[in-house]
Amino acid sequence: MNSDKKTFSIKGMHCASCVAAIEGSLKKVDGVLEATVNLATEKAMVTFDPERVTDERLRSAVSNAGYQALINEEAKTESDEEKEKQKELRDLRIKVIVSLVLGGLILWGSFPGIIKTAPVFLKNFWVQLFLATPVQFWAGFAFYRATISALKHRTANMDTLVAIGTTVAFGYSAFVTVLPQLVIKIGIEPMPYFDTGTIIIGLILLGRYFEARAKAGTSEAIKKLIGLQAKTARVVRDGKEADIPISEVIIGDSIRVRPGEKIPVDGIITDGESSIDESMLTGESMPVDKITGNIVVGATMNKTGTFTFNATKIGSETMLAQIIKLVQEAQGSKAPIQRLADSVSSYFVPVVIMLAFLTFAVWYNFGPSPTLLFALLNTVAVLIIACPCAMGLATPTAIMVGTGKGAEHGILIKDAESLETAHKIKTIIFDKTGTLTKGQPEVTDIIPIGSISRDELLKLAGSIEKGSEHSLAEAIVRAAEAKQFMVSKVEKFQAIPGHGVEGVIDGARVVFGNKRLMDKESIDIGSANKEISGMENNGKTVMMLGIGNKLVGLIAVADIIKESAKEGLAALQKLGIEVVMITGDNQRTATAIGKTLGITRILAEVLPDQKEAEVRKIQAEGKVVAMVGDGINDAPALAAADVGIAMGSGTDVAIEAADITLINKDLRSIATAIILSKKTMRTIRLNLFWAFGYNVILIPVAMGILYPFFHLLLNPIFASVAMATSSVSVVSNSLLLKRKKFF
Amino acid sequence: MSLDKIVVTVASIAGMGFTYWFFLAKKEKEVQVSGSIDIAVEGGYTPEVISIPKGKSVKLNFLRTDSTVCLEEVVLGDFKIRKYLPLNQKVVIEVTPERSGEFIFTCGMNMYHGKIIVK
Repeated sequence: MNSDKKTFSIKGMHCASCVAAIEGSLKKVDGVLEATVNLATEKAMVTFDPERVTDERLRSAVSNAGYQALINEEAKTESDEEKEKQKELRDLRIKVIVSLVLGGLILWGSFPGIIKTAPVFLKNFWVQLFLATPVQFWAGFAFYRATISALKHRTANMDTLVAIGTTVAFGYSAFVTVLPQLVIKIGIEPMPYFDTGTIIIGLILLGRYFEARAKAGTSEAIKKLIGLQAKTARVVRDGKEADIPISEVIIGDSIRVRPGEKIPVDGIITDGESSIDESMLTGESMPVDKITGNIVVGATMNKTGTFTFNATKIGSETMLAQIIKLVQEAQGSKAPIQRLADSVSSYFVPVVIMLAFLTFAVWYNFGPSPTLLFALLNTVAVLIIACPCAMGLATPTAIMVGTGKGAEHGILIKDAESLETAHKIKTIIFDKTGTLTKGQPEVTDIIPIGSISRDELLKLAGSIEKGSEHSLAEAIVRAAEAKQFMVSKVEKFQAIPGHGVEGVIDGARVVFGNKRLMDKESIDIGSANKEISGMENNGKTVMMLGIGNKLVGLIAVADIIKESAKEGLAALQKLGIEVVMITGDNQRTATAIGKTLGITRILAEVLPDQKEAEVRKIQAEGKVVAMVGDGINDAPALAAADVGIAMGSGTDVAIEAADITLINKDLRSIATAIILSKKTMRTIRLNLFWAFGYNVILIPVAMGILYPFFHLLLNPIFASVAMATSSVSVVSNSLLLKRKKFF
Repeated sequence: MSLDKIVVTVASIAGMGFTYWFFLAKKEKEVQVSGSIDIAVEGGYTPEVISIPKGKSVKLNFLRTDSTVCLEEVVLGDFKIRKYLPLNQKVVIEVTPERSGEFIFTCGMNMYHGKIIVK
């Protein structure tokens, strides 16, 4: 049977379940042999029988799943979207220039003070009407369009306010120009306000232009991450090397990477070695040396060597795709602090319109003469000054910049709520093994007691521990294997949880474990007590070997403390955060490690399933608690904590269990994440204070509340200046977070 | 009080009343959804209030035909989704609500609102 392959773009994909839905639908098409969909690239690759499958059938299969297949046409790429945005910005710029130039000419011909210098024709009201009309209905068309479609939904937004405000100013001015006698009849000098409407439109569009440019900067982190993706991979298939698009790489492909090249997908090195720059994902500036058997991560940069690796994760499964997904989710999530703005925003615009009516009525009834003019101008000022956008942008823009900034440095924040909670952390509990220590214990001391030799002791311990699954056992077996000892046969092996192991070697009963096991076996350890406590005081875990009922030796095992631990914990203590260590180790060993790291509160001899309860106990003290663990074994404790922080390992980003994942595995990043949270929250508070304060203070000012006391009124043109700068300043304040130094 | 002042006062009060009735007292029509629904994005969201069953995956097909800048993004904060809606292109967003309640979705600047009721 003939088979053909086709790769095409799919529009509208959002999550992993979309992948399954499209694949399922495509596979149901008679003649489709294989269909794989890649979420990251938004592409489907289909293998099919060309005699039975047409493009139309593929298209309708994708459509049935609720998506759009772009077969034989290119999907709008990120850069197309960018081009569209650029075009919008260009159009906006033209409108801003035209409005401000025409508005400026009208202002010249009508504003007291400068009017004297203006050419005569600019003072003509008909000329002003002619200049103002395109600004009102061409440049300001977007306001009308948005207003009309919003009114159909019985909703109102900022455009509604601008449309009403400028229409009132323009309408009055046009009326004055066309029918001046009528205005004179009611005792008002026929003076139009074309400058007000045109300059307002020009300035608000200018504000929108700057806001759009600034807003683009808030989502830069995602663009940067997407840009890291390699385009092609050099795949070795059937002994031949070929560069293929990354979307065609399949799991199990052997991929060659040469010096200076980007690693295309995740995998394991099968041949060769190199130094790899992973800074783009982890923020760690030092290149990492990798040899055969090590994991390599897609989008990182190969520096010096050439190697071949086996692709293990592609498409949406790669670490980069997961990071992008996580950051996108975090940027779309909602911070609890946003709730107030949420509830206000639904009522805001209608309330402002009601206040505008109130302003008009009060000024018309109680204002100075000419009352109609005062009423009109103050109403316009109220409509124009109100700025609901600043409230809407205050929180999300800061969250976007904050989470993006974290991701750039290997700190992945799951959602806005985690980022918000992190700044309240009072206590951080660290799991010891694998978090504070490297999690790879090594044998440090072998102390024979009596006639047995060191080698014999290690050989016996290695033999009996061979059947154990304990992490300490691994260290002893590794040490025995390093000396190439032949393992003796163990009979009647038994592991005694919380104690150690026992078995029979060469007819003799051997027990190996902790003090509890020796007590249980009635083995006297009195003679070795001093040595045991000495080693435990140095943070080592001591295991004892007994034959018959006699102690024959001690083996101490210790885990190495991570380089970043001491500095990382000190940084947290400097922030006033209490640091707690939790471990299954005995009290003495735990205390010794705690002492080295400067930790005073230690929870020792805690079994794995009790960690969650310990987290809750500290929470009951009224503290906001973070738990730092490896994200896999500590999942319940991480979930129970107010903020769960996981140390990402290799490509296993333990996203689900943790609120914050440190892919750089650097303990100093915890303090950095907390500082990032504090600074982001400070920015949000400042933004909200500004956005709310601005409206709460300036709307009454525009209504004329200061007039009875100081004879102060807000000119609608100044109102538009304030309004145009308010949302720009909120977005710019969020962008300032980018410049702050955390690291 | 002169006639014109009475007229202005009455008209302003009527205007305030109308504004309240028109924007704030509107009844929201709830649309029951199972599987998938098309949501038109033009001057807001149509339908504006949708009701979906808890635990079931539902596809929300947004189609934006309105070039208003604010509407170019849709945010479903409770579902951690912020999505760009290209003009005249359907964008499918799938949600699987795990808990019942009312969840709003908004435009990028929180000006236009829709509601998802999970039962």
